[in-house]
Amino acid sequence: MSAPIQKSAAKTKAATQVVTANRLDDGVVVYLDARDGWTERLGEAAIIETPEALAAAVAAGKAAEAARVVVESYPIDVARGPEGLAPLRLREVIRAAGPTVRADLLRPTGA
Amino acid sequence: METRAPYAHDHPAAAVRAVRDDEDSMTETADANLPLWRNGRFEADEWTRAGEGEAVSEGPALLPLVRFLAERDALAARNAPIGVVVEPGEAIEELAPHLDRVSLVVLTFPKYADGRSMSSARLLRQRYGYKGELRAAGDVLIDQMPLMRRCGFDSFEVVNGPTRAQLAAGKWPDVPFYYQPTGASQQVEIPAGTRPWARRPG
Amino acid sequence: MYRYDEFDHGFVTSRVAQFRDQVERRLSGELTEDQFKPLRLMNGVYLQLHAYMLRIAVPYGTLSSRQLRMLGHIGRTYDRGYGHFTTRQNLQFNWPALKDIPAILDDLASVEMHALQTSGNCIRNVTTDHFAGAAADEIADPRPYAEILRQWSSIHPEFSYLPRKFKIAVTGAPKDRAAIQVHDIGLELKRGPDGGIGFAVYVGGGQGRTPMIAHKVRDYLPEEDLLAYVEAIMRVYNLHGRRDNKYKARIKILVHETGAEEITRQIEAEFVEVKKTELLRLPDEEIQRITAYFAAPDLAPKPARSGAFEAAKADSAAFAAFAENNVTPHKAPGYGVVTVSLKPIGGIPGDATDVQMEVVADLADAYSQSEIRVSHEQNLVLPHVALDDVPALYAKLAEHGLATGNAGLVTDIIACPGLDYCALANARSINIAQDLSNRFGAPERQKDIGELKIKISGCINACGHHHVGHIGLLGVDRRGEEVYQITLGGSGDETASVGALVGPGFTGDQVVDAVETVVDTYLKLRQGPDETFLSAVRRLGQQPFKEALYGAA
Repeated sequence: MSAPIQKSAAKTKAATQVVTANRLDDGVVVYLDARDGWTERLGEAAIIETPEALAAAVAAGKAAEAARVVVESYPIDVARGPEGLAPLRLREVIRAAGPTVRADLLRPTGA
Repeated sequence: METRAPYAHDHPAAAVRAVRDDEDSMTETADANLPLWRNGRFEADEWTRAGEGEAVSEGPALLPLVRFLAERDALAARNAPIGVVVEPGEAIEELAPHLDRVSLVVLTFPKYADGRSMSSARLLRQRYGYKGELRAAGDVLIDQMPLMRRCGFDSFEVVNGPTRAQLAAGKWPDVPFYYQPTGASQQVEIPAGTRPWARRPG
Repeated sequence: MYRYDEFDHGFVTSRVAQFRDQVERRLSGELTEDQFKPLRLMNGVYLQLHAYMLRIAVPYGTLSSRQLRMLGHIGRTYDRGYGHFTTRQNLQFNWPALKDIPAILDDLASVEMHALQTSGNCIRNVTTDHFAGAAADEIADPRPYAEILRQWSSIHPEFSYLPRKFKIAVTGAPKDRAAIQVHDIGLELKRGPDGGIGFAVYVGGGQGRTPMIAHKVRDYLPEEDLLAYVEAIMRVYNLHGRRDNKYKARIKILVHETGAEEITRQIEAEFVEVKKTELLRLPDEEIQRITAYFAAPDLAPKPARSGAFEAAKADSAAFAAFAENNVTPHKAPGYGVVTVSLKPIGGIPGDATDVQMEVVADLADAYSQSEIRVSHEQNLVLPHVALDDVPALYAKLAEHGLATGNAGLVTDIIACPGLDYCALANARSINIAQDLSNRFGAPERQKDIGELKIKISGCINACGHHHVGHIGLLGVDRRGEEVYQITLGGSGDETASVGALVGPGFTGDQVVDAVETVVDTYLKLRQGPDETFLSAVRRLGQQPFKEALYGAA
């Protein structure tokens, strides 16, 4: 089951997406990269801009679940900004970078 | 991934590990003609179901509770065993006065997480003194089966593939330290220590 | 406190082995996530935003120094050097790897702890008064009964697949510090007409999206019938609680829809039958045997007044505030119950580092009979401290940021983890708690405001208990923006009430100002410093606060 997608995301259906999941054995947040591998950095994620690419990426996520690499894969909306890729929803900003209240635990998101 | 600690055979943890990785025995259970887990093995189901409006067969016949209650006098004339299927929303109390005529009660689990039939099972055994076969049907999974047995079930209709494989491999994921007397268990349970509620498998 | 015997050790060891096997089956691919999820939830393992989360049971909030030290060790070894104490008196680790969890459970088992039934639709950790066994106003120690309930509910074969989760709280004092009226079952210890010990029994309280105050179904239940009566309640709920809608599945909805009178009749009828079997009758000698584990410690007699304590109060305003707010009368003269605040000004409510856990464990050894409590208000408690020792204890706590003298004050804020950690949350909670704490942190201001409980939840599930906050904040997602609704007048004590929504919500940028407006309105309108915020809201109603927040209508 994928994480619940909230109204806000549905409304601002972005053209740009990436696929995210948590790694099975340690739970760390990961993103699907261009080689169907998984990276901890959002900036290294494969950027999806067509319906065909989205279908392929979602399928790659499900395949990685079946292969016991990740759990709960799903696509998220992102935007390209001056600092690189940024998720549109706060939930995904927090997943990408870590808790906002622990500056010491922030993780790098750039490529 | 081999982080499993070795357990001595007399260690309490050994009990839940049971026999595993016994691949050979798994093949014999693939037989769909043996749907029941009963008496520690897969067995055939000798009962025929008769839903609403269907003819009741000659041999052991299994009826929905509503039909059984409606036709019970006519059914009494038959010279073959009668079984009753009780769904979770139905009141087991309605069956209680007629248990002496019944040799099988099937309680269903529409989803494994629906625990109502656990209560019905215990009531049947503990409160109403039912001694016949008590079968769990529906979404019956290995991790609930030891609990079902403690509530009074002694047979299990198992369709789930992984569960069948694990049963065939001798798995029975029980934690053999019980903090509740159920008065219904289908295994021998003996008091353990001074706490009147603690039990161990006998 | 309770100590495991061979049977209890066997139980936990066996259960850990079972879960280790399930984790292996998951990692090897024998179990899919859908199959594994219910199994991991039975062991307190969630998948949250950043990682897995492991919720460890702290039965009725009581810890030994050895156990707290082990929690610190686990935090350092398997997590990121800290843990989060919850409103259920439990501890959560936010970053454990799934593959490490069996080893963590082994470590826990070595100090008689586990993570059983900290999630899933079963009977959860039984909670109680964090001052149990020490408070001066106590009729009897509730922990022996909580321990009996803990044992009886552990992997209960009939009650492991309930319609929804089930929470039981027990209090032993008329001053309810365990919020029993907002639990599925609330038990209040009392003396019966015959002088014996028993319980008033409440059923059907709860928070979440439909907050309700519990109904009293029994004015007096003799202690020997505790398990029989609880079993009767559980069976009525298991058979008749709604399973068609997860949001209507708690027992409070069953009680509400069936009617308190009818549900009481059903419970009593079932109880008569359960009692007949005699299987669950609690023999007096067994109650006594378990109670003996919780016997009051042998405290050296002291004069009621401590010169050292009084001198330190005169010497330092900060210590005086600590003494006033964080030291509660103990049943033994010359002793106090000390609250170790996990709410430093601007800090994260309920978080403690591995080092802080070890420091508190050491201080418990030195000053509090090696005992610690976890409060549902997300603080730690050292229950048996000689007043003579409080100044030295305070100095050592201060070295580690643990001596904030704010227990029960406006900065002693309850907050759930919120969107910073939780997969269910709609908005953040912790940052709002921090901003409020900074805004009101000045000691004179806190003292002036007096008792005021602010509680913040990041979603409608209400883990932050906002419904029973004197001021409650509920975070919601309004078109992608975090918005906070304010409720006023809630209370979780013996005068329990659900707070009422004061009006439209405020954004994260506005909400601290809004709370300040509410507090300033109280200060302006109170009849004097003796009228607490809650009393004032109950007297004044919502109107003056509405006007202050939104202008006259």
